[in-house]
Amino acid sequence: MAKVVEKAQQEKEALISGSEAIAVACKLADVDVITAYPIRPYDTVMQYVAKLVANGELDCEYIVAESEHSQFEIVKHASAAGARVFCGSSGVGWMYAFEALTVTPALRIPMVAMVGNRALDDPGAFGVEHNDALAVRDLGWQLVWVDNAQEALDTALIAYRVAEDRRVFLPCAIACDGAFLTHSQALTKIPPQEWVDAFLPPYNRGDLLLHPDNPITVAPQVNEDWLMELRKHNDEAMKRSKNAVIPEAYRDFERIFNRSYGNPFFEEYQTEDADIVLVGMGTLSMPVKVAIRQMRKEGKKVGFVRVRWFRPFPAEDLAETLGRFGAVGVIDRDYSFGSPHFSGVLATEVRAALYPAAKRPPVVGFICGLGGREVTVPDVRRVSEMVFKAAGGETQPFITWMGIRE
Amino acid sequence: MDAIETLPIQQLDAFKGVKKVPLEEYFTSGHRTCQGCESALVMKLMVKAAGPRTIVLGSTGCMYVANTTYYSTSWVVPWMHTQLGSSGSAGLGTAAALKALMRKGKMKEEPINVIAFCGDGGGADMGLSAISATLTHPQYNVLILLYDNESYANTDIQLSGMTPYGAHTTFSPPGKAKRLMHTRWKKNMAGMLAAGHPETKYVGTVCASYAVDMMNRVRKALMIGGPTFVHSLDPCPKGWDYDPMLSHELGELAVETGIWPLYEVENRVLKLYGRSKGIAEKRSKRKPVRDYLLRQGRFAHFTDDDIDYFQAKIDDMWEKWLIPGVIPFWKELEKDQPPA
Ligand SMILES: Cc1ncc(C[n+]2csc(CCOP(=O)(O)OP(=O)(O)O)c2C)c(N)n1
Ligand code: SF4
Ligand SMILES: [Mg+2]
Repeated sequence: MAKVVEKAQQEKEALISGSEAIAVACKLADVDVITAYPIRPYDTVMQYVAKLVANGELDCEYIVAESEHSQFEIVKHASAAGARVFCGSSGVGWMYAFEALTVTPALRIPMVAMVGNRALDDPGAFGVEHNDALAVRDLGWQLVWVDNAQEALDTALIAYRVAEDRRVFLPCAIACDGAFLTHSQALTKIPPQEWVDAFLPPYNRGDLLLHPDNPITVAPQVNEDWLMELRKHNDEAMKRSKNAVIPEAYRDFERIFNRSYGNPFFEEYQTEDADIVLVGMGTLSMPVKVAIRQMRKEGKKVGFVRVRWFRPFPAEDLAETLGRFGAVGVIDRDYSFGSPHFSGVLATEVRAALYPAAKRPPVVGFICGLGGREVTVPDVRRVSEMVFKAAGGETQPFITWMGIRE
Repeated sequence: MDAIETLPIQQLDAFKGVKKVPLEEYFTSGHRTCQGCESALVMKLMVKAAGPRTIVLGSTGCMYVANTTYYSTSWVVPWMHTQLGSSGSAGLGTAAALKALMRKGKMKEEPINVIAFCGDGGGADMGLSAISATLTHPQYNVLILLYDNESYANTDIQLSGMTPYGAHTTFSPPGKAKRLMHTRWKKNMAGMLAAGHPETKYVGTVCASYAVDMMNRVRKALMIGGPTFVHSLDPCPKGWDYDPMLSHELGELAVETGIWPLYEVENRVLKLYGRSKGIAEKRSKRKPVRDYLLRQGRFAHFTDDDIDYFQAKIDDMWEKWLIPGVIPFWKELEKDQPPA
């Protein structure tokens, strides 16, 4: 599908934050309808979008809604009428939109949204926690965590490509850790428009377009007669996303943009010879990688797997990879009260992924960095010590809350 | 100031009499509303007035659940469900998409009507904020039509902010200790929206008992451009508890008793029309509200005192309101003025 592109075109470099990177992606993707509502930390993306619109760099309908519920409903309907859309929120704002979030995948709306991960206050907290985005994990949203501005920009383009693929037609949320990514600047390559056009075909809603030329009735009353079949359609779409569409998109991305992400679903860091491995999502990769470099100097071979795509979840690949190590330490920046072993969400998914695997190393769970508390290098070292003990056959607790004051 | 750009609009001149109304239906068989359901008639007239180049969005309620059974939809025009409180957002999002796509050359430019309808629960309670917001966006052509059957009907007739004072609903049953469980007065929705959204070019009230008048108000609201609002009072045999053959008559009675004033605010100019104009100008006498109330089982528990109270409130509406039937601010009465 992708055209051959002139590689003579050059990428520009700019010092931008994760939020600005996604705003730039919106411009490159020529988004048609964008809705905004203020809540920290995601709202910085809309501040950049507003500037692009004001300066004539992005031609879209830019609507400041009166609530997150409306924000998401407006773009849901715009997408049904054929528009490429962008939206986003954080924390309780995302939860305020929950009804709209629920029906969006059911309607096969390929919305792309940004979640600036934020704690669900009360009590008041601006900092990152992953529970906001994770709340939609069972509903048909594709969920991808990124950890730097470049990855945010690239993944936003990939998200449109995957979501709008007729085999998928499911929304995609790009989760960005509040502050650590939304507000942190890094040198980021901005691709030329021609490359993006070659990578990302126009949104074509086809026979699902709501238009007088195609007078369909969308979301009729199906009840027990048909709902189960329709749910199964969504299940199949998610499978196609995982097995075909995401891998294809990353292959094309690499070919056109000359930037490779390896396995699309997760990043492996210093895993080749590692004895134990840590698993996590988002920007905690920074202290984890620094700690790993320190520990390696001391001869402790620790590797890291950073999960990008949480939905669809790469269960088989991940289980095979994790099976290579003596023990696995999963660091959750979330909580799931009353869950199996009172673990974090990611740890529970990792255990479920490993259950049918041939090799099942012990999985030790950690809750870290809630409410935006910094995950420090010493934290990671303590985590690693416990995982080493587990690898040595010494049973460790299923879950440990790191750095909790007594 | 940059000009506010809107898309082209369809020419929808008023139907000059019932014989000039086209025969084509865009809301046809397939629905399962109750016998005598006035809201179903409103749907039919609304989309007949709008014509085939129309997109309709409808929020959850009887006009969703009873009209769109899978494989037997009654809609001939494109139709999409929206969430209970989302009619304002559904209309806005659809209109915004058309505007962006046509401006950017991604869709053939042509005037397409966008209508988002809602019930009283979905519109006047839950969706009020989104409707209000939509009415402040002058660049999008969208009509919001509220069909007001005065209860959350689809969920088995529960009281809403639009249920009349004292009415018996499943959430307000008359009991031994409390005869009246519902003592709130109905919101003045159209008046509130007209007064609160000065840039909105059209706000009107209608009643399908006057079908041609009603269709022409829909056509005006669509043709005037920008976001507009039409509020329809719809007798509901199930919720109001009366013989289905009386729907039409009850609509007329609501107007004739002065309970339901017919008016429009068109380009900021207020006009009462039909019987309501005569009432405001004191050319025709209002019928007693008793004639209206006692035809409905939902008021069967009313005592004479309750009826008198109801009548007094309606009298106030026409005699004391600053703009009779429309705006509930009272005129400053002479006796309240300090002595000169
Ligand atoms: C968010 C939400 N809350 C509650 C409901 C349940 N519900 C379905 S239809 C309905 C009644 C809506 O009343 P109204 O808008 O007046 O329309 P009517 O049924 O009277 O036609 C309700 C409460 C829902 N669908 N969505
Ligand atoms: S309950 Fe009322 S509004 Fe609903 S279908 Fe029956 S008559 Fe119509
Ligand atoms: Mg109702």
